[in-house]
Amino acid sequence: MKNLDSVLAAYLAGWAIFFIYYISVSQRMSALRDEVNRLKSLLNKGK
Amino acid sequence: MIKSIVNATVLFVLIALTAYLAFHYAPIEKTMGVIQKIFYLHIACAFSAFVAFAICFYANLRYVFTRQMKADWLGVSAAEVGLAFISVVLVSGPIWAHPVWGIWWTWDARLTLTFVLGLLYVSYLLLRSMIEEPDKRALFSALFGIFAFLDVPLVYFSIRWWRTQHPQPVILGGPGSGLDPRMRVSYLLMWGALTGLLVLLMRTRYGLEALRASVEELRREAEVQ
Repeated sequence: MKNLDSVLAAYLAGWAIFFIYYISVSQRMSALRDEVNRLKSLLNKGK
Repeated sequence: MIKSIVNATVLFVLIALTAYLAFHYAPIEKTMGVIQKIFYLHIACAFSAFVAFAICFYANLRYVFTRQMKADWLGVSAAEVGLAFISVVLVSGPIWAHPVWGIWWTWDARLTLTFVLGLLYVSYLLLRSMIEEPDKRALFSALFGIFAFLDVPLVYFSIRWWRTQHPQPVILGGPGSGLDPRMRVSYLLMWGALTGLLVLLMRTRYGLEALRASVEELRREAEVQ
């Protein structure tokens, strides 16, 4: 079928954008969770 | 955590099912052929982006009038997720345009205003990254977000108001427009699945913003000690 490769490219690019965005949010969340734990332990030591 | 995995799995199955319907249930369009299958992703993402930007607009107005930080968190979450959706539109559009128009891009009203829409929300996020103080950041970005949303109706109506390379609307386009019933079902299911994805991404992003606020509060406590 003519242009099927373009259709697949569009769908793959679309899902890749969503996947990369989700991974980026997850990574930022993981970094913030580590920061929360670090700050909590710092505060506990100070008490 | 388990709930998130279940939600993501259900959504993945739904998206796979709608993609299957778009490819196998919906008929092949007579003029453009198989390339028209991009329609289901392209248009559904555009409408989902509009929904996200409308949520951002509501949250920005709410912040300006109430100064609740939760409205600011909702605003930034909707802006970022909307930007992801509009990015899909800006990538899938040229892939569709090239075999049909013979060009990847042209600076007509619809395409230019959509590109500007993406730039406006990139600017919204950049503006936030440049202001340290949370209240000032929330207020300035809310005011900018209200201004940025003005481009959404311009994008929507551009193909009705001006002659453009971009085709005239087939959804809500008035007399003579419309979709084959099987195309309509496939499109609506795709839009439903993408709206589910929009909700999932926005909930996750909102959680990130709430966590960021906790970090800022803990940092202030640590500085006091």
